[in-house]
Amino acid sequence: MHIPDGYLSPATCAVAYAASVPFWRVALKRVKKTMNSRQVPLLSLFAALSFVIMMFNLPLPGGTTGHATGIGLATVVIGPWAAMLAVSVALVVQALFFGDGGVTAIGANCFNMAIAGALVAYVIYRLVAGRSPLASARRVVAAGVAGYIAINFSALLAAIEFGIQPLLYKDATGAPLYCPYPLKIAIPAMMIGHLTIAGLAELAISAGVVAFLQRSDLSLLRATAGKVRDAESSAPRSAPKSLRPLWVALAILCVLTPLGILAAGSAWGEWMASDYADSAARHQMAMASFHTAVPNQAPEGLARLSSVWTAPFARYAPPYIRGAAFGYLLSAMFGVGVIVAGFLVLGSFTRSAIRAGPDSA
Amino acid sequence: MSDFHPNAKGGFIENTLEGLHFALQRALYADASAAHTGFLQHLDPRVKVAGFLALVVSVALAAKLWLLAAMFALAVTLVAVSSVPIRLVAARTWIGAFLFSGAIALPALFLTPGTALYGLPMTVQGVRTASFLLLRAETAATLMLVLAYTTPWTHILKALRIFRVPVVFVVILGMTCRYILLMLETAHEMFESRKSRTVNRMTPAENRRLAIASAGVLLHKTLHMSNEVYLAMQARGFRGEVYVLDDFAMQARDWCALAAFAALAAVSIAVGR
Repeated sequence: MHIPDGYLSPATCAVAYAASVPFWRVALKRVKKTMNSRQVPLLSLFAALSFVIMMFNLPLPGGTTGHATGIGLATVVIGPWAAMLAVSVALVVQALFFGDGGVTAIGANCFNMAIAGALVAYVIYRLVAGRSPLASARRVVAAGVAGYIAINFSALLAAIEFGIQPLLYKDATGAPLYCPYPLKIAIPAMMIGHLTIAGLAELAISAGVVAFLQRSDLSLLRATAGKVRDAESSAPRSAPKSLRPLWVALAILCVLTPLGILAAGSAWGEWMASDYADSAARHQMAMASFHTAVPNQAPEGLARLSSVWTAPFARYAPPYIRGAAFGYLLSAMFGVGVIVAGFLVLGSFTRSAIRAGPDSA
Repeated sequence: MSDFHPNAKGGFIENTLEGLHFALQRALYADASAAHTGFLQHLDPRVKVAGFLALVVSVALAAKLWLLAAMFALAVTLVAVSSVPIRLVAARTWIGAFLFSGAIALPALFLTPGTALYGLPMTVQGVRTASFLLLRAETAATLMLVLAYTTPWTHILKALRIFRVPVVFVVILGMTCRYILLMLETAHEMFESRKSRTVNRMTPAENRRLAIASAGVLLHKTLHMSNEVYLAMQARGFRGEVYVLDDFAMQARDWCALAAFAALAAVSIAVGR
């Protein structure tokens, strides 16, 4: 993930630096505003912590090991803006003094891991954690998912940067000057390792340390938690506040049902006895069955049982409706209406049974 | 802790200890090496930072293999005249960069489309692109290693001010460098004490739990230490403003070196396009 010198063209590196500078400036301003002068030692020490965590060779399920960047963890504890500064500083120190990542690629590495990584991790953490209590298992899952997606997003950015190099920079003989692999190779090559090994390492360290903090010092998770539900009021609600979105979605789906007409062919196995006598239907049956020969007449059992019940909306096309689309729509409304009515009846029975319960006891 | 893994090469503790030890060793050696008597050690840090960064950029811009080879030869010469042992550079940079970039460059020999090379299943363009990648990575890594081993880290960071890097960023970088050493030492002690209390090989799940708990403890220590450092800074008069003492002074040899670096980078960029 740490891009060394020589893999990206100077122009790509310059663009990455230019893209990173505004984020660094905003981050410095925001951190100054929220943390005041306390920022200096906090950022320095968090950068040092990030550096040390990057050295942990984490054992993963399956016998392999992987390194984490700690971006998910840093984002959850000190917020995205401070995290992007702290991890950027760690990356600069690694490039300047430890030869881990190139000096010309500092902008790209910081943009991929520190900036994009922190922002993605924060959005995912807040989305998944919601308003759950600080000590809830959901926050552990949220931190793990945030770390996993953030590191993979960073890897995808790096892969794209690698992949555009051979398209843009070649010498007179046509040999790529920098990373030689196009997008179709660079993306899978980067993503396979990150979706499996590095992503798991990030997931383990983010989720694991958040679980550790829940037991040792819950207050450290408060900075990025947003509005948090009290643990007492966090019992699962019996029903959502409003069912309106559900009804709207159901209505939209009903309106969209005529789209089913666009589907070519017939669903395998949903044939009627009369289809065996129709040449077009026989052809579709053969096509759907890998050109297996269709019997000359309907199987005896099918012919016998298909006459037991005649559906009022056979094939979603009532005989008294001429338009196929309107037939679909009417069928959908009828079907939904029957199901809703069934549940309303069932619900009224259940409510009366509950009401009767305590009295009879 | 009950399962014994006879085939395991080294547990998480051993591997992490080795990594931490290596990083500490490298950091301490860099400080010692910068104090040696050598050609580059005597130059002004600002000249070295500007000069080496210009050379790295010219390496990145070079589009000719012979020029990259010449730049690599220049980097090796700078290693030789700076009292930095070649063997150390080979062990810490050349072999590592060769193995890493070589593994990445190897498939390019066969996958890059172009003219077949003497009937072999590789192409001329594949060999060229792999050579570009390897030479560029080796040369840039060598140049940066020479800079890090001939200049105290604090001086390198202070010299970044010539690139208009905000002073607060320079101070954070400087403090980070200092606390990296402290954190490395703390982590090293934590793992060493754990190793001394471990009598058998640990299972991967136990190792994983140990790694996560260690990261959590380090996080606690970090925040605790951050508060203490802040209080110490306040006690010494820190009110949010940071200043850097620019006590570097350019001498005649520094100007000559600066001119030489600028000329080398300019010629390399002009010839290499």
